[in-house]
Amino acid sequence: MSISREEVQRVAELARLEIAADAVDRVAAQLSGILDFVATLDALDLGDCEPTAFAPAAAPLRADVPDESRRLGPERATAAAPAAEEGYFLVPPIVENVNP
Amino acid sequence: MSRAPNETWKLGAAALAARVRDGRVSVTDAVESGWVGPASMWEHDVNAVAHHDAEVRREAAAGASGQGPLAGVPVLVKDNLCTVEYPTTCASRILAGYRAPYDATVIRRLREAGAVIVGKGNMDEFAMGSSNEYSAYGPTRNPFDLSRVPGGSSGGPAAAVAYGLVPVALGSDTGGSVRQPASFCGVYGLKPTYGRLSRYGLVAFGSSLDQVGIFARHARDVAVTYAVLAGEDGYDATTRLGPAPDVSTFAAGVKGLRFGWPANLWAQGVDAAIVAALERSAIALERAGAVRVVLDFLPGTYGVAAYYLVATAEASSNLARFDGVRYGFRHEEAADVRAMYTRTRSEGFGPEVQRRILLGTYALSSGYYDAYYLKAQRARTRIRREFQSAFAQCDFMLLPAAPSLAFKVGEKTDDPLAMYLSDVFTIGANLAGIPGLTVPAGRTSENLPVGVQMLGPEDSEPNLLRAARALEVGGDVALLSTDEDPEFVWPTKR
Repeated sequence: MSISREEVQRVAELARLEIAADAVDRVAAQLSGILDFVATLDALDLGDCEPTAFAPAAAPLRADVPDESRRLGPERATAAAPAAEEGYFLVPPIVENVNP
Repeated sequence: MSRAPNETWKLGAAALAARVRDGRVSVTDAVESGWVGPASMWEHDVNAVAHHDAEVRREAAAGASGQGPLAGVPVLVKDNLCTVEYPTTCASRILAGYRAPYDATVIRRLREAGAVIVGKGNMDEFAMGSSNEYSAYGPTRNPFDLSRVPGGSSGGPAAAVAYGLVPVALGSDTGGSVRQPASFCGVYGLKPTYGRLSRYGLVAFGSSLDQVGIFARHARDVAVTYAVLAGEDGYDATTRLGPAPDVSTFAAGVKGLRFGWPANLWAQGVDAAIVAALERSAIALERAGAVRVVLDFLPGTYGVAAYYLVATAEASSNLARFDGVRYGFRHEEAADVRAMYTRTRSEGFGPEVQRRILLGTYALSSGYYDAYYLKAQRARTRIRREFQSAFAQCDFMLLPAAPSLAFKVGEKTDDPLAMYLSDVFTIGANLAGIPGLTVPAGRTSENLPVGVQMLGPEDSEPNLLRAARALEVGGDVALLSTDEDPEFVWPTKR
C-alpha cells in the first residue's frame, strides 16, 4: 500500500471530506493502486523538460466600462444560496461569541 | 425534394437552419420535431437529458429570430454549462436545484446565431468519468445497444445527437469527454484548440485542460457551430486572441495533406474493428489525394499517469468552492461551519468525485508537490514535444478515439484505474492543448458504432474538418449518406 489508512484520513480532512470508518480500507486500496500506477512517471527521463503551464501570450485588459447587463448585485448573487438574508450569505457560527 | 413535416428531426443543423430562414419550417416546428419524434421513442430508455421544460422551450422558440447560421436549430448542452432558464447541476447532488444567474458565453453565441437551447445533457458528475454511469440522474444508455454505455463524460449530449433529439449538442472535453462518447455513439465530436472557445460559464474541472466541444451528425454542422462559437472573449482571459481559424474550407478536399499513421500503435490492445476502420479511413483519405506518412509515435500510458495527476490536482482546487455556502445543497444539521463544509461535501459529492478530490489533494499536499504535480507538468512538456516532432512530418494524424467499442454498463465501475486507462488516446490532446476530432467510421456487424480520431497541431481545425468531410463523402467509411440534405441513419431499437 503506497498510502496508509492514516494518510487517507489526513488527506480527507484537508479536503473537508468524511470517509466512513468501514470505507477507509477500500479507499486506501483504490488510491494506492492509482498512485502505484502514476509512479511509472519516476522511470521517465524528463531531461530538460520544464513544467508546462498554459498562460495567455498576452493578457490585454478589456475597457474598464461597467456592463450593467452583467452586474449581479448582492440580491442576485445570493439568490441561489441555501441561506441568505438581505444580500448576505448566512453560515453557522464561525467564532464563539465572547461578548454575549 | 419535399419532405413531410415529421421528417424534420432527421435534418442536419445547416439544412434545418436554411429551411427556417426561408420560412419552409417554423422555429417551433424545428425545435419540437425532436421531442415529438425520436425523444418520445428513446428518451425514457436512454436518459440523455438531465433538465428540460416544455414551456420554457416553446417560449424560447416563439421568441427566436428565425435568422442566423443556426436559425431554429435545437441544441442540447451539457449540464456543466451555465444557463439562466434551466438548472445547472453538473449531474451532482451538491448543486441540486442550482440556477446560474448568467449564461455561458457559448450559450449567448448560440442564441445570437438563432439556435434554441432545449435542455441540459446528462453527464458524469462534474465531468469525471468515461461512461456516464456516475450521474446523480442515473446512467445514460447507448442508443445503439441499451446494455452498453454511451461513453463519457458528455454521454448525454452524444447520445441525444445519435438518437435524433437534436442535430447539434455541446459537451466539454478535459481528457476525451467529447471525442470518446462521439466514437461510442457514432457521431462527430470536436475538441477545439485550448483557448479557442470561451469557458466563461463552464463549471471548471481541470482549468489547464478543459475545453468546450461540439457534437453533430455531419462534418458541415461541426464547422458551422465552430464558426459560431470560436473566438476571443473578454470574460475568459484564457481565450486565444485574434480571429479563429476559418473552417469554411471544410469541403475543400484533402489533396496534398499529409496524415500521420502511427505504425506501432496496434500493439496497444486496440479492438480489431477499430483497427479495420482506421485502415479503411486511411485508404479513403489516400484515394481523396492525401498522403500517408508512417510515424514512429506511440502515446504512452505515462500520459495517463501525468493526466490523472494534473486533472485531479486542478479539480481538488476548483471543487473547493462547493462548500454549502453559495449554491446548491447544504447539510443543515452541522453545529459549526467546518462541520457544515465537511458534511455538505461528503453527502453532496459522489464516490468518483470524492476519489479524485482525495487524489488531487494528496498530490498537492505539503512534501508531495514536486514528486507528483510538478513531475506531471514536466512529463506534459515531453508529450508536447513528441506531438511537435510528429507534426513536423504531417498535417494531422489518425488514431483510435478509444481502445474499445462501447462497453457494457457496470463493466468498469469497480476498477477506476481500468476506466482511466481507456482514455489513453484522448488525453494527449488535452495535455498538449491541441485539437482533436472524432469521425464516425461505420458500424460492426452487431450494429455498434466505430469511430476514428484525428489530432492536429494548434489551430488545425480547418484541416481536421477537411479530412472529416473527405471521409464523409468517401464512400465506404461513413454510413451516413452525403447529399445536400443527408439522410439520417438512426439506431435500430432493440
